[in-house]
Amino acid sequence: MDPAATSQGVQIREQAELGHHPGPRQYVNVAIILAVITAVEVAIFYVEALSSVLVPALIALSVIKFALVVLWFMHLKFDSALFRRLFITGVILALFVFGVVLVIFFTRGGASPGGDVGTTAQAGVGSAASSLWHHPSRG
Amino acid sequence: MSTHDVTAPAHVAEHRTSTGLDNVKMAMWAFLGSECLFFGSLISTYLLYRNEAASGPAPHELYDIPYTSVSSFVLLMSSLTMVLALAAIQRGDHGGLRLWLLATAALGMIFIGGQIYEFTAFVEEGLTLGASPAGSAFFVLTGFHGAHVTVGILMLLLLVAMSVFGRLEAPADSRKVELIGLYWHFVDIIWIVIFTVVYLIPTS
Repeated sequence: MDPAATSQGVQIREQAELGHHPGPRQYVNVAIILAVITAVEVAIFYVEALSSVLVPALIALSVIKFALVVLWFMHLKFDSALFRRLFITGVILALFVFGVVLVIFFTRGGASPGGDVGTTAQAGVGSAASSLWHHPSRG
Repeated sequence: MSTHDVTAPAHVAEHRTSTGLDNVKMAMWAFLGSECLFFGSLISTYLLYRNEAASGPAPHELYDIPYTSVSSFVLLMSSLTMVLALAAIQRGDHGGLRLWLLATAALGMIFIGGQIYEFTAFVEEGLTLGASPAGSAFFVLTGFHGAHVTVGILMLLLLVAMSVFGRLEAPADSRKVELIGLYWHFVDIIWIVIFTVVYLIPTS
């Protein structure tokens, strides 16, 4: 294979990719949206009336921010689907690991600080998991 | 967009990889996917142990949410400056590239400075790495993130040096900036998750 042709091919491919990437104005718009979402996150943290929906709202806003950065700033929206699959696989595996850890701690216990297997760890997990869905005692 | 959707001449298909995609960029995405697992494990551990504070303070009792919110905002904006640096080199603007790379590095340093201040304050309050499972989980998680940010800053400064000494051709070497940009944005999205899960989601 001719290296010069390969190099030229890569450059042309890169130029084709660039044609699909957003411009600076769109990047700034995405950044403004991210800043506004962050402000909303912090604001609802302090609004007592929203305490019942605080956790779902925070998770939803966080997912939106995550997706905006990945899709626009990291160009996954515009790049090859293969890159998207690689990354999403990692995210799904991470969520799977979290689920497995929760299941193991709930069903079999874990090494507790005091040396007993199960009781302390399960209590810790129970409080951690349940606290995700209850009103805060904001420290 | 699939590989075959790219509107490029036929000889582009002669790329060295079987996928027709840049193999280094592919490796970077695989690395970032594996990093999701790494941080996913650390975040899981923190959630499991965050109430196990022994006799000392739990991390959530010491959080300064307005302060951390500003840090989060700083890191978010560093993603904007990073992508503007990439846009600059793609249009052959070396001055813009250096400006935005330095801005990104500076914002990263502000974030790290804030994290060092926070860690110092926590240690003074009695929350240390070895004080409790909660302290260990918190410092390991946020410490590893901070280490990633620090590595990113070093890579950004390396890019600036390469540009200054003429080792970065524009736009031919834009791929190098893009790869380090991917790493930087990844560090940012991990903080998006940490900020919500660790700092904002309340404990019982």
